[in-house]
Amino acid sequence: MTGSRTRRILSYVGIAAVAVYCLAPFYWMTISAFRRPQDQFDNSIVPVRWSLENFTAVFRGDNGFGRALLNSVIVAGCTTVLTLIIGVFTAYALARLRFRFKNALLGLIIATTMFPGISQLVPLLKLFTDIGWINTYQAMIVPSLGFALPLSIWLLNAFFRQLPFELEQAAMVDGCTRGQAFRKIIVPLAAPGVFTTAILTFIAAWNEFLIALSMVNEKDMQTATVAISKFTGVSGFDQPFGTQMAAGVIVTVPLIVVVLIFQRRIVAGLTAGGVK
Amino acid sequence: MTTTHDERSAAAHAAAGAPRTRKARGGGGAARGERRLAALLLSPTLLVLALVIGYPVLAGFRESLYARGEGLDENGFVVEGTRFVGLDNYTAIFSGDAADAFWNAFGNTTFFTFTTVILETVIGVGMALIMHQAFRGRAFVRASILVPWAIPTAISGLLWRWIFQADGAANAVLRQQILWTADGFPAKLAVIIAEVWKTSPFIGLLVLAGLQMIPKDVYEAARVDGASAWQQFRSITLPLVKPALLVAVLFRMLDVLRMFDLPAVLIGVNQDSVETLTMIAWFEASNLRYGSAAAYATILFGYIALIAYLFVKLLGADIIGEAREQTKRAKRRKPGPKRKAVAS
Repeated sequence: MTGSRTRRILSYVGIAAVAVYCLAPFYWMTISAFRRPQDQFDNSIVPVRWSLENFTAVFRGDNGFGRALLNSVIVAGCTTVLTLIIGVFTAYALARLRFRFKNALLGLIIATTMFPGISQLVPLLKLFTDIGWINTYQAMIVPSLGFALPLSIWLLNAFFRQLPFELEQAAMVDGCTRGQAFRKIIVPLAAPGVFTTAILTFIAAWNEFLIALSMVNEKDMQTATVAISKFTGVSGFDQPFGTQMAAGVIVTVPLIVVVLIFQRRIVAGLTAGGVK
Repeated sequence: MTTTHDERSAAAHAAAGAPRTRKARGGGGAARGERRLAALLLSPTLLVLALVIGYPVLAGFRESLYARGEGLDENGFVVEGTRFVGLDNYTAIFSGDAADAFWNAFGNTTFFTFTTVILETVIGVGMALIMHQAFRGRAFVRASILVPWAIPTAISGLLWRWIFQADGAANAVLRQQILWTADGFPAKLAVIIAEVWKTSPFIGLLVLAGLQMIPKDVYEAARVDGASAWQQFRSITLPLVKPALLVAVLFRMLDVLRMFDLPAVLIGVNQDSVETLTMIAWFEASNLRYGSAAAYATILFGYIALIAYLFVKLLGADIIGEAREQTKRAKRRKPGPKRKAVAS
């Protein structure tokens, strides 16, 4: 029985190692945010004195962080809603209907996720400059559809294929039209998958950096990730790490809470999609 | 990807498909209606993708053949605006100082891709094995594994920049005085560590899902036959997890090839040691040299396409496997053992 006991101990050690690996840097970010600015370079595991000074500094007027958060919510929210509206129909057709070139189409959609953002960015940057879209929300939302749409179609397609479509068939035999059957049978059953896709798409859009950095040069229109990377210290020379860590915590913690609440669904979505 | 799920969905599809095929055979109207509906449902997506992906890629290629600035026309007058320069933007990249910068960025991109993907795969598979063996605490670890994944890349860049400060946590732990965020090899290492930290849990998650699909009695049988733990891993676990793993690795590779946020935030743009192809193209674009930026982007695009092609050809990663298989099966209307042939 000693063999099984060593195995048990080894397993606990392994679990602890994985947890430390994943959480230690995040712990460090959080703990650094709660230090007093004058203790910032103190490397103790727990702050000597806890303080919220960094958090109040984040919302100081010249950072414009509140506005940046709002911008992020608008851009990521619009991207998610638009993507889902367009994506649900396409994923339904791909999962349910039979037509030629379906494999080619699936391949094409998945291939578009491989395109580097930069090759999409240069012409759009030029186009948006010409039509006066620089520093607008749509300049960030429209290019984001390029990566959000294939991702969500892929995920929705994976979810929809697991649905019991014979129920829809039965409803149509009982006299429902295809539209009614879709609305009354498929939509309620598909809701969890759509919801998971919404979370994953929102997180992807929330984390977007390259497009948001390039399409906007006005402080008022920056998204949160861009704004944080551009924070300046009081002196303007040293990087205000304490403030940045606090802002990082503010931007990340809501995501982590959502992720933990819907943990099972998200894992199901990630493994079904296999995409980032 | 998953046997049980495949069988279930195939059965469901067969049940649903049978009456439909009969109907379709009875009259072409239903099938045509279905095709028309499919076209209707697909068109918004195709339109959007054509506008935000198709158009930019083509326009980008065209852009790369033009340059902005002043030039002399054949009568000796100065003309402003963009003009056609043929392959000049490309030849400019491969000559003089620009060539050094390009090959440096190309080398960095390739180096980051191979090192991070190999490390991620090894660490990810290790994590999955640990979690799979776990007696207790699996839920806790699975929750904590999602934390690095949920942190925005730009934020994780800042976080690691803070850790890698001259008097930061990394140096305190190592009792060294390494200038991580200055130029040089430590900067490369910092980027690799940060990237691997953020993405290996994701691979771990995918592999764990694959592991949980392997029936326990396969291992029982192997143990009865006297297979060692390593033999079990090599001849049972790896082959069964391989399809899922290959797709994950492919996506990771393509993602690192276009890496931008992490080195840009962690080290900064215009640093030789970490400059990637996307960063070089972005720098050109932000200096309004669109033609040159588009040329870099087009080269990167070609490079990514080549790697994706080689990966799929050589290793047989089947990206749309599950979806394709289902349509094939539906046509034959019987679950066949042809999966391997389709997959490779």
